[in-house]
Amino acid sequence: MELTQICDLAVIGGGPAGMAAALEAYQSGVEKIVIIERDKELGGILNQCIHNGFGLHYFKEELTGPEYAQRFSDQIPGTTIQAMTDTMVLDISPDKTIHLVNTKNGYQQLKAKAIVLAMGCRERTRGAIGIPGERPSGVFTAGTAQRYLNMEGYLVGKRAVILGSGDIGLIMARRLSLEGAKVLACVELMPYSNGLNRNVVQCLNDFEIPLYLSHTITRITGTPRVESVTISKVDEKRNPIPGTEITFQCDTVLLSVGLIPENELSKTAGIALDPRTRGPVVFENMETSVEGIFACGNTVHVHDLVDFVTAESQRAGRYTAAYIQGQSPSPNAFLPVTAGSMVNYTVPQKIHLPASAPVEIFFRVAMPMKDKKIVVTASGTGEKLMEFKRLHLAPGEMEHITIPTSALEKVPDGIEIAIV
Amino acid sequence: MYDAIIIGAGVVGCSVAAYLSRYEMNLAVLERENDVAMGSTRANSAIVHAGYDPLPGTLMAKYNVRGSMLYPQLCKKLSVPYQQIGSLVLAFSPQEDQVVRDLYDRGVKNGVPGLQILTKEQALAKEPNLSEQITSALYAPTGAIVSPWEFAIAMAENANQNGTAFFFDHPVTGIEKIEGGYRITAGGDTFESRIVINAAGTHADQVNDMVAPHTFSILPNKGQYYVLDKNQSDVVHSVIFQCPSKVGKGVLVSPTVHGNLIVGPDAVDVASPDDCSTDREGLQFVVNQAMRSTSKFQLREAIRNFAGVRAHSDQDDFIIGPVEGFPGFFNLAGIKSPGLTSAPAIGEDMIRILKENGFSFSPKDQVVETRDVVVFHNLDHQQRAEMVKKNPLYGRVICRCETITEGEIVDALHRPLPPHTIDGIKRRCGCGLGRCQGGFCGPRVQEIIARELGIPYMAVEKDKTGSYIILAETKQGGVK
Repeated sequence: MELTQICDLAVIGGGPAGMAAALEAYQSGVEKIVIIERDKELGGILNQCIHNGFGLHYFKEELTGPEYAQRFSDQIPGTTIQAMTDTMVLDISPDKTIHLVNTKNGYQQLKAKAIVLAMGCRERTRGAIGIPGERPSGVFTAGTAQRYLNMEGYLVGKRAVILGSGDIGLIMARRLSLEGAKVLACVELMPYSNGLNRNVVQCLNDFEIPLYLSHTITRITGTPRVESVTISKVDEKRNPIPGTEITFQCDTVLLSVGLIPENELSKTAGIALDPRTRGPVVFENMETSVEGIFACGNTVHVHDLVDFVTAESQRAGRYTAAYIQGQSPSPNAFLPVTAGSMVNYTVPQKIHLPASAPVEIFFRVAMPMKDKKIVVTASGTGEKLMEFKRLHLAPGEMEHITIPTSALEKVPDGIEIAIV
Repeated sequence: MYDAIIIGAGVVGCSVAAYLSRYEMNLAVLERENDVAMGSTRANSAIVHAGYDPLPGTLMAKYNVRGSMLYPQLCKKLSVPYQQIGSLVLAFSPQEDQVVRDLYDRGVKNGVPGLQILTKEQALAKEPNLSEQITSALYAPTGAIVSPWEFAIAMAENANQNGTAFFFDHPVTGIEKIEGGYRITAGGDTFESRIVINAAGTHADQVNDMVAPHTFSILPNKGQYYVLDKNQSDVVHSVIFQCPSKVGKGVLVSPTVHGNLIVGPDAVDVASPDDCSTDREGLQFVVNQAMRSTSKFQLREAIRNFAGVRAHSDQDDFIIGPVEGFPGFFNLAGIKSPGLTSAPAIGEDMIRILKENGFSFSPKDQVVETRDVVVFHNLDHQQRAEMVKKNPLYGRVICRCETITEGEIVDALHRPLPPHTIDGIKRRCGCGLGRCQGGFCGPRVQEIIARELGIPYMAVEKDKTGSYIILAETKQGGVK
């Protein structure tokens, strides 16, 4: 028969989110904690992010991805946290039974009092954005190319065009250049970059790589390997404009066209997902729609900086500990938080009542803007509760505001966050 | 000298090889690409048609209906994903209601079992997501979906286990009539055979013309498709066709055996028999047409688009049989839709065709008829636990989207006709078929292929010969 184990807390995913949540729950008094990680070591995608720039907020110093991860993984041996690596979770039932498999112990069930979901995200692919053309080798998502270079030690190409100016794409433009490859162009569909400004400067400008805004790849050519790509300018509706084609002779195409929270396991547990974030709908304590299952990090919404993943996951860890210790708010009384004008989504989407502490709300804006206000209003009445000035807002950067408990007391229908 | 050489390892060539390998024959298959199922077989609608579409009396009608009957048993014996989910042909006007009635009559004449004409209400009760604009529908309970490449691979493995030799990367460049047979030049080697069977798909006219007079032309016709995420597989539960027209069976919407939704194809004549490129206009056309049947699918859930080339010819029917004046040379050409469905029936009939033309062979005493494949995600909890106990590699999940284990990949690399490419593994195990399209599992599959086959990591290709993934080591060098 199958072996069934029991634990207080099971954390799915051993990246920065999972490690921070587990460590924080441990600090808060939870003893029997298991982290389940599919890779052979903890750290998640940070292990392949060998560039610097991590930790400026959290550690007040500049670290590489593996160094940032190690700050957390080094703490685990001194705790009662058990890290099950090289182990895959196959499904989670709503009663918090986890089905998992590995080569050492085979097929197992793990029954947990609480679960933290920290599976991270995946990359959008060529298929998801439907780039037409032939089907040669040499087309990679930026993260896959990053793994080949930084983990396996292989160069995926010598002349590359990068589609998308998200952070991974920008980082890979620099990485390929440092390895002696020629990056011919970075092509962005939108009229602005989706990456952090510092990455545009350090990864493109410093290497004289041209950034083609309002352009997209309209054809990939080559058999059996990429031989060229054609890009076109796009109109306001993002449709290619005939006659604007530019063709680059290249052997490689990298795609940095968005990240999607990984939530296949969340679906098996019956957790409600937000179609905008594509992650679970969460309360301010990071609890999902299924009682006792919490979520944090990029599985909830895609973050810009790992420092913020850490902070969110620590919060999830603390609240999960409280749940295990029997101090949990009732799921029935809550305020909905809605995204208003120019706001793409909010996390959390719900706030438990009565609010016991100030609530931090995270969101992304729909387009770059200058000299605007973030306005919090009462849903229904439209009464303005608070406003926050911002000189600069951009979709590439996650925004956040803190709402004091006093502001949440007189808004029976919830609150709305908008940019005006 | 071989008794028979089959040119082309697509679904037709492999089916013929599987059936002929049950007889005392010295058999070989010559394939220009590096694996089985590299042409039309891997890029089509993946439908086993019921058989109401071809005109009665044609070879297409005969082989379609017989093929449709052969599939369930063959797929069961050879562990190939196949589901008889039924199909509907939708009508949207009084004219099309008449087409549906004509198809019904044709199907009855062709011997298709269980056909029914449904009213709009009956069709909507069966498939609630269909358009309100439909006026009637033809229901065929024997319409089915299959994994076409896995079917061809299974037939090829079976043929190989029963003694058929396969030569990959052997494009045929010359055929010469010699005493008692033919001499074939392919991939730098020469082969001699009493019988030559031309199953070269979109290149069948070129192969024919190497030795025989030009009697037909292949007119390659391209179709483009979208594949959508598994979260769209509930949109319809059977194969949804529109009324056929001169250019094909129209755009369909259907679940796939891998749990996705497929939408397509269009039909456009192309100059090259190898033109598998997609384009914006074609893909847009496919979506617009499919939206007539149901508007309930979400294009933003697309995970892939692809194109396949149909081996249309300048003849109306399949071209099957001996070539006059060239004893022992047989064409299986112009195998357009319903070619996938017809393939096993053509394979089964080949021994009769040979006999009628003076080539008789006796059946072997013993043949392999089955093929076992472990599919971890199809097992229940108990079976999974037992499998991992037996072989711990079934405990390591490599492809997380499709839940494919290292054990299954290693199995595929040690079966008959092992693949040596990432896409070869994809076609056999399913890793990379899912929503991440191999982004996560690609490097790990590459590592397993290199390790199991004892080849350098950098030498592993993605797909066709020369489709290298890695072009150099980094300055610090790769993992040794």
